[in-house]
Amino acid sequence: MEFLVDGFLTAFQLLFSADEQTFSAIYATLKVSIYSMVASLLMGVPAGFCLGYFQFPGKRQIRLLTDTLLALPTVFIGLLVYAFISSRGPLGHMGLLFTLPGIAVGQTILALPIVISLSATAVESMDRHLRVTLISLGADRKHLLFSSLWEIRHSILAAALTAYGRVMTEVGISMMVGGNIKWHTRTITTAIALETNKGLFGMGIALGLVLMGIAFAVNISVSALRKR
Amino acid sequence: MKKHTWISVATLTLILALTTILPASGADRALMMATTTSTDNTGLLDVLAPEFTKATGIELKWTAVGTGKALKMGENCDVDVLLVHAPAAEMKYVVDGFGINRREIMYNDFVIIGPAADPAGVAKKSVKDALGAIRAKKAIFVSRGDNSGTHKKELSLWESTGADLPEKEQWYVQTGQGMLTTINIAAERNGYTMTDRGTYIKYEANLNGNPPLKILVEGDKILLNQYSVLAVNPSNCEKSQFDLATEFSDWLAGGQAQGLIRDFKLMGKQLFTPNAE
Repeated sequence: MEFLVDGFLTAFQLLFSADEQTFSAIYATLKVSIYSMVASLLMGVPAGFCLGYFQFPGKRQIRLLTDTLLALPTVFIGLLVYAFISSRGPLGHMGLLFTLPGIAVGQTILALPIVISLSATAVESMDRHLRVTLISLGADRKHLLFSSLWEIRHSILAAALTAYGRVMTEVGISMMVGGNIKWHTRTITTAIALETNKGLFGMGIALGLVLMGIAFAVNISVSALRKR
Repeated sequence: MKKHTWISVATLTLILALTTILPASGADRALMMATTTSTDNTGLLDVLAPEFTKATGIELKWTAVGTGKALKMGENCDVDVLLVHAPAAEMKYVVDGFGINRREIMYNDFVIIGPAADPAGVAKKSVKDALGAIRAKKAIFVSRGDNSGTHKKELSLWESTGADLPEKEQWYVQTGQGMLTTINIAAERNGYTMTDRGTYIKYEANLNGNPPLKILVEGDKILLNQYSVLAVNPSNCEKSQFDLATEFSDWLAGGQAQGLIRDFKLMGKQLFTPNAE
């Protein structure tokens, strides 16, 4: 039990003494999660919207596929990405292994199904009357599309938050693709894994608390946005 | 409400801005190394790396994995240099053309640790007798089980007893994790395990010098643990930074690094003995 108390104390110490290693890990975590969130939202929201909005053959199968991909294990994504960007892999020449963009590729694969699936569900569960009302008000197709998008903005925000939660907290991809390199690709989660390996539970708990703190800050900001 | 929005937009923008503005670290020449968990977990590399950068201007980046995976990374050309401890595997690696210029740098030794009460009565025995006693008593033995240098060593010790590997025995626990995690698991299960002395001293230091597991078997010749540096063979990996790897190898074998290794102590105990020629 001692290390729990110890962990809380260490957490405050690390944050208030501006410990360089801790901030390097926080910085790496924020940077890589922003890369992957921007990429997965740019691709995922339009894709999810189309999937929910339009009717086309094969739609159900694609839904089934994205829903299945929600269960992709992070270590498996890590392994796949590693195989592709290793020097011997097909994308080896890009030099992505052991870099933050490399981790971001993996995390985007992790986040994409979440964003697509949740935005598609949001579109599908949109009030059916809205469409009729809008048309009767004389809206053209473009109008219809944008009003629908605006209508589901909260659900998309929720989808983004869910994806952000997974991306921030995953450890398999960061460890495998990033290699947990000090000052470079050591994120908060791989640092926790390392500290635990070293038997320094206090430090691990401290970093965990930092991660929770960041998640809390992001959620507060987003919920304030939503109140409008 | 307007005010709230303002603040949250500002916060999110701030996070974004911070992450784009903060500079990435600067050295132009960077050497990528794969190494074993023991050199990293003990903190030795944290001492060596900055001095190496100071001496040569090369930044050393490393990823700490088991020796098996480290060798694989070299074979795949993902790293430039290796610092590992599995002599037999290393020599085969060189013969297979993946590694080159193998150079012995330092050693420490393995020890068998277990609960102070020593239920199988292995204290002060030879390795062969100690493992025989553990097997006979079916006492819990925790193995790395991860194809690391330490794991390979442990398997060779079991082989030296002449009996079959206890692969599927109930009392033989394979963790598949790093050395300190494995020691912690052994402590939780009140079992025995084999570890390199350096990691054990680190474990001792973590627990303020009073750990539940004690060194029971040590000093047997078979327990020597040799660390070597290998450059990734440029004829296998044309893009590997062979010149930087050679510079690192030369530096490690030189007087300054050997001195740093000798002086690296935890709780007043020396962890590694330098022995480069």
